[in-house]
Amino acid sequence: MKNPKKTSKILKSRRNFVKNSALLTGAIMLPTMPLSSMVNVHNDKKLKIALIGCGGRGTGAANQALNADENVELIAMADAFEDRLKSSLGHLTEAFQGTKKVNVKEKNQFIGFDAAQKAMDLADVVILTTPPGFRPQHFEYAVKTGKHIFMEKPVATDVPGVRKVLAAAKLAKEKKLNVVVGLQRHYQKQYIELLNQIKADKIGKIVSGQVYWNSNGVWVKERQPSQSELEYQMRNWYYFNWLCGDHILEQHIHNIDVANWFLDEYPVSAQGMGGRQVRTGKEYGEIFDHHFVEYTYPSGAVISSQCRHQKGTMNKVTEVFQGTKGIALTNEAGSAYLKDFEGNNIYKRKGKDDPNPYQVEHDKLFASIRNNEVISDAENGAKSTMTAIMGRMATYSGKIINWDEAIKSELKLVPDNLDWNSTPPVLPKEDGSYEIPMPGKTIVM
Amino acid sequence: MNLKFITTLLLLTLFLNGTSQKNPLKDYKQSISGSELSIDMVAIPSGEFKMGSSINEDEKPKHTVKVNSFWMAKYEITWDVYYLYLNREIDNVKNTNPKREINTDIDAISGATVPYIDMSLGMGTNGYPVANVTHLAASKFCEWLSAKTGFFYRLPTEAEWEYACRAGTETKYYFGDDVSKLGEYAWYEVNSKGRYQKGGQKKPNPFGLYDMHGNMAELTLDQYNPDAYKKYNKKVANNPLEVPTKEYPHSVRGGSWDDDSDMLRSASRYKSNPNWKKRDPQLPKSKWWHTDAPFLGFRIVRVKSPSEKEYEKYWGKAIPRKK
Repeated sequence: MKNPKKTSKILKSRRNFVKNSALLTGAIMLPTMPLSSMVNVHNDKKLKIALIGCGGRGTGAANQALNADENVELIAMADAFEDRLKSSLGHLTEAFQGTKKVNVKEKNQFIGFDAAQKAMDLADVVILTTPPGFRPQHFEYAVKTGKHIFMEKPVATDVPGVRKVLAAAKLAKEKKLNVVVGLQRHYQKQYIELLNQIKADKIGKIVSGQVYWNSNGVWVKERQPSQSELEYQMRNWYYFNWLCGDHILEQHIHNIDVANWFLDEYPVSAQGMGGRQVRTGKEYGEIFDHHFVEYTYPSGAVISSQCRHQKGTMNKVTEVFQGTKGIALTNEAGSAYLKDFEGNNIYKRKGKDDPNPYQVEHDKLFASIRNNEVISDAENGAKSTMTAIMGRMATYSGKIINWDEAIKSELKLVPDNLDWNSTPPVLPKEDGSYEIPMPGKTIVM
Repeated sequence: MNLKFITTLLLLTLFLNGTSQKNPLKDYKQSISGSELSIDMVAIPSGEFKMGSSINEDEKPKHTVKVNSFWMAKYEITWDVYYLYLNREIDNVKNTNPKREINTDIDAISGATVPYIDMSLGMGTNGYPVANVTHLAASKFCEWLSAKTGFFYRLPTEAEWEYACRAGTETKYYFGDDVSKLGEYAWYEVNSKGRYQKGGQKKPNPFGLYDMHGNMAELTLDQYNPDAYKKYNKKVANNPLEVPTKEYPHSVRGGSWDDDSDMLRSASRYKSNPNWKKRDPQLPKSKWWHTDAPFLGFRIVRVKSPSEKEYEKYWGKAIPRKK
């Protein structure tokens, strides 16, 4: 499925070549080459994988990684919670029965806040799929220790986190480490082909756009009497900003990122409005149920972004762009269109039989590692994360947020050195509800 | 109207009159306490029919099937109705129907998870048929609706589905064999503009059921077995059912907005497959949602309640409810 016979033959001979020449070049190069730049030369060696964050998505990403390459092995796992890790391991063991790809010894199953580093130490490739609040510290450590990385979006929940990821992204490039970010639309033909059409000047220059993630909302984890406040927030992480960053970031980043990607620039400012009208119960923590943001780009283009978690309202997860000569559209079923201003199709592409982008991103990552190439998604991942955070700053504060000022913000949401005795950064009020951001009053930087 | 069609209508009228005496069932509207929504149920008389065709291997042989009377939903189940189950906000509103035939504990019934992505794929939810649901999800919806209303609802068996679709006809479609007329009766590849449509806009079948051909392909209760009909070569099948025990494949009937005319035939059989969860990025993949089956929906039937021991056969294994 992944490697048609033809490709694997070429790969094999290439690997043999590298293997044969490695001794020679290694012997000559070793004294002058810093150790860190050798770390990523893997070729035909078995790649050891560590999974950091064992939820449904992390387990899915591990599944895709293990399917992406023949010579890989999951050897370590880390999660804050033992039950999550065990259930994840159970599913992976079942999925890879009959292979030797899942081999996580008891001593390599790490639980708690310091688990991530211990698991990463054992691996060549790491999968970072905890709640996004922890991503910057995990990514920084992975880069410092020379790992190839798959990390889920978003890559931070606050601006200091974004800066940490940007700095580490630079270092990763220098060290020639592969970093794939789970903004999987970049690996989806629907988007790649549509952008090719736009680059071929089919609709002229993009001047405006609308991007949407309007849906019913996501899961809620009920508070259990035995849980500490910190454990409750970690389990029900979607509703706490230090962990999730609100749904404008956690989910809608996908569509905002498409705007950045298609315009090939990042916004200079954002302003917008939002609130919490329908989903108001205390089980929904502190996040809004709707945001509407206007992003202005250096070229003058303006992108309207809307995201909503309200049951019974219109669902729409898509992007539309107006160019000087026509309009580009995507839809959820995988199709892409270009239309002229009379509404006629200039271009139409059905994508329902396209390869699964969640698999493609891992196929590309491992092929790149094997071929000594470098994928560097982290800088864009950080900047699209920053774009969505600016949107949140705009809706929470009701003020105009400029990129140049916002990127300097020192407002930290995620505490350093957490352990199970730490007080979480937000606490419930007496009635069990949480402080809700209030436009005009809330300080965002 | 051509002669053949008129003849068919005449025959149908006879057929329906002939069976109506045996059939005390009446059409009704199933209200759902706590909601303004209701489900139109059409009475289907008991009878005998020729199931299958000589077209595809899995439709052979054409054989005689006896079916007990039942009620079938006039339309494919909508998102609006399905959301009542998904959201579970009206469970506590008591049903005032005194004629409850079953008693099950609604609190014990597992709920479907809320999906991360928009499962309507932007094709609309308000008034549109539900899509991308799994066999388990459709079955548990039936269990929930039964607990809620006190009547026994489940997915139709393949035999019930085809009997209801044919409504006495033996032609390829319930309106005859002329494919050029299909657009008057069904949404399919040719006229759907690449999306599902609101139910009930096309002409119904002689029983008064809408969208049996096209719009959503419909899940049936049966495990798909290509050789299922071979067992009945020489004998009459009495309310046959291939009891579902595995997650795949299930028999899917009627064809969809995304299918060509052949898939829409009364006898056409299609099967569910794991590829319909292709783009679910999680492991384990959702039990409750497909990600790649925007053409897949269902309708329900009501029958006399079986014994409690048999519930599992029709609703699947009990799954502990997580809140």
